Amino acid sequence: MSVQGYQRKLDLENGRVDLSHGAGGRAMAQLISSLFHRAFGNEWLARCNDQSTFDVATGKMVMTTDGYVVSPLFFPGGNIGSLAVHGTINDVVMSGARPLYLSASFIIEEGFPLSDLKTIADSMGEAARGAGVYIIAGDTKVVERGKADGLFISTTGIGALAHGFDLSADKAMVGDRVLVSGSLGDHGVAIMSKRHNVAFQTEIVSDSAALHDLVAVMIAAGGAGIRVMRDPTRGGLAATLNEIAHQSGLGFRLQEAAIPVKAAVAATCELFGLDPIHVANEGKLVAIVAPHLADAVLAAMKAHPLGRDAADIGETVADDHKFVQMATSFGGGRIVDWLSGEQLPRIC
Amino acid sequence: MRYTDEFRDKTLAQGLAAAISAEADRQKAYRFMEFCGGHTHAISRYGLEDLLPANVRMIHGPGCPVCVLPASRIDMAIRLVERPEVTLCVYGDLIRAPGSQGQSLLRAKALGADIRMVYSTLDVIRIAEQAPSREVVFFAIGFETTTPPTAVMIRIAEKKRLKSLSVFCNHVLTPSAMQSILENPKIRNIGGAAIDGFVGPAHVSTIIGTKPYELLAEQFGKPIVIAGFEPLDVMQAILMLVRQVNENRYDVENQYSRAVKREGNRRAKDEVSQAFEPREQFEWRGLGFVPNSGLKLRRAYARFDAEARFAMHELQVADNPACECCAILRGAKRPVDCKLFGTLCTPETPIGSCMVSSEGACAAYWTYGRVRDDQVRRTS
Repeated sequence: MSVQGYQRKLDLENGRVDLSHGAGGRAMAQLISSLFHRAFGNEWLARCNDQSTFDVATGKMVMTTDGYVVSPLFFPGGNIGSLAVHGTINDVVMSGARPLYLSASFIIEEGFPLSDLKTIADSMGEAARGAGVYIIAGDTKVVERGKADGLFISTTGIGALAHGFDLSADKAMVGDRVLVSGSLGDHGVAIMSKRHNVAFQTEIVSDSAALHDLVAVMIAAGGAGIRVMRDPTRGGLAATLNEIAHQSGLGFRLQEAAIPVKAAVAATCELFGLDPIHVANEGKLVAIVAPHLADAVLAAMKAHPLGRDAADIGETVADDHKFVQMATSFGGGRIVDWLSGEQLPRIC
Repeated sequence: MRYTDEFRDKTLAQGLAAAISAEADRQKAYRFMEFCGGHTHAISRYGLEDLLPANVRMIHGPGCPVCVLPASRIDMAIRLVERPEVTLCVYGDLIRAPGSQGQSLLRAKALGADIRMVYSTLDVIRIAEQAPSREVVFFAIGFETTTPPTAVMIRIAEKKRLKSLSVFCNHVLTPSAMQSILENPKIRNIGGAAIDGFVGPAHVSTIIGTKPYELLAEQFGKPIVIAGFEPLDVMQAILMLVRQVNENRYDVENQYSRAVKREGNRRAKDEVSQAFEPREQFEWRGLGFVPNSGLKLRRAYARFDAEARFAMHELQVADNPACECCAILRGAKRPVDCKLFGTLCTPETPIGSCMVSSEGACAAYWTYGRVRDDQVRRTS
């Protein structure tokens, strides 16, 4: 679909997306080739087919999909594009798989600035290259003004799982340790600081990051001793542990004092009446690890830049109620429940 | 974190817990009501009840603005926002508060009503300025703490000549509610001593001061200790209450002296009295109609009064008969005594308002206290 010569260059500085960019004609072809292909640049897209073909690994494949509707689109530490790549890569790697390919589908609101779209596409390309992943399929739709909030992105990820490796929440066992890879709530607070109705100044940036490399060093240290991994995005640590509790039929006992939270995040949460364990993360993981390997895995995490502040925050316990309990820093006990309703709107 | 960690110190908490255990008479039961949802939240969030001896029990009071708002007022707001020209501005949790027949503002919003969540009354001013063709109505709720910001908003709206802004006023008064709890025959019937003392409001008292409680303490012979919302504040207040009970005193004491004065905040009180006057009576979920317990706009500000402006009618709505919110808000029952608790009524599907806000007595129990109750049930 190379469209050259007979068309005016796309005005990436001042131009806007209009309905013709989604109509299947030359304008769309031009947008795809001069913006998306350039940003994602790889041999699959260069062939300009309606699909991409790739070799299948022996063993198991992993697939996941996620939609991104974050508001605002640009936030400290990233934008919707980098988030859409990191988030889906992380969902793939939480299975222990190596991430390989992504697809990306864009729903763009009429009037969206091309310069913003370029920035977002460039961040996606950069994020994918950083993780050794290729965006090999895509789709672009333009909807009328008012029918989308600027831009929505859906990404699907595919990965390959090493032989014999099978992480799943139902593998958690009584006495396993609960590790988190770093401070909680950074992403949610960074997003919140930019929302127009509550905007405030903070040095906190989103933790949005691809966790494939951290996971690789953890697997090298813990192998099959790592029973479950999950990234605590929407609903935060609380939602993730409650999910795992329900899938595994176990309960958790956490130590509040051991849970890493940055002072600025704690202060923001204090101000808005939020609990950091309910706030979203986009570059953190929770691992349930066999007790005899927990220290080794934790040491490996701490040696990695994305796991510097990793911590052992508690253990799994037998509990018919599947409660996530926490010993508070104050010396009492409480239940850590799912969040009811929304804590922060549209964070990912 | 500075200025908060100091008030959540484990060692100090253990010291206070030891003092409460040592001084509480083992032959006696101490039942203290924390009036405010903020205290209920702190008690649950920090697991404070685990630090108290078995004979010192906390009763969760009605001090959560969303909890005490009757279904009729929610229904009135829903009816109002069904008018296409109206934009309704509300504080957080109110949007989920149940009206009658499963209605809520959240549902109304899903059906297309223009409802905005705001963090401050200044947001309401901004919304009104940005959309001069809309009828912007502020759904004002809360105790004495949230009333001054509403008064200030009205003053600013007047100054800016914002003709499209009005207030659906549901502000309520704490001392009247405390009096209603103590006068209730249901409470008095349980030996007349279902409540041995009050942990008094924190933020409310920064506005009204400690003086308005003095008559209550005297009249009903109940000690009241005004306390901050940090867990150590609550622990210290409980110790002060235990001492008062032991010494047969019923004074108003001020644990929260870093923020509360006897006279309160004169400027805030002036703002409020300029804009508002008491209603003859106001309906509370759980307490029914309580005389002189609500505020309305003064006649001079009638043009800002949404009830007059839109000819809103008082609606009569009966509470769900199985819901024990009434008894729970009066301290006569605990959340687990309600048949609906944790079965039909959960934070996802609240029936009574106590389950709606995270500061509601039932929601706090549900979120933080289920293990404790489970242990109680197993051992009893």
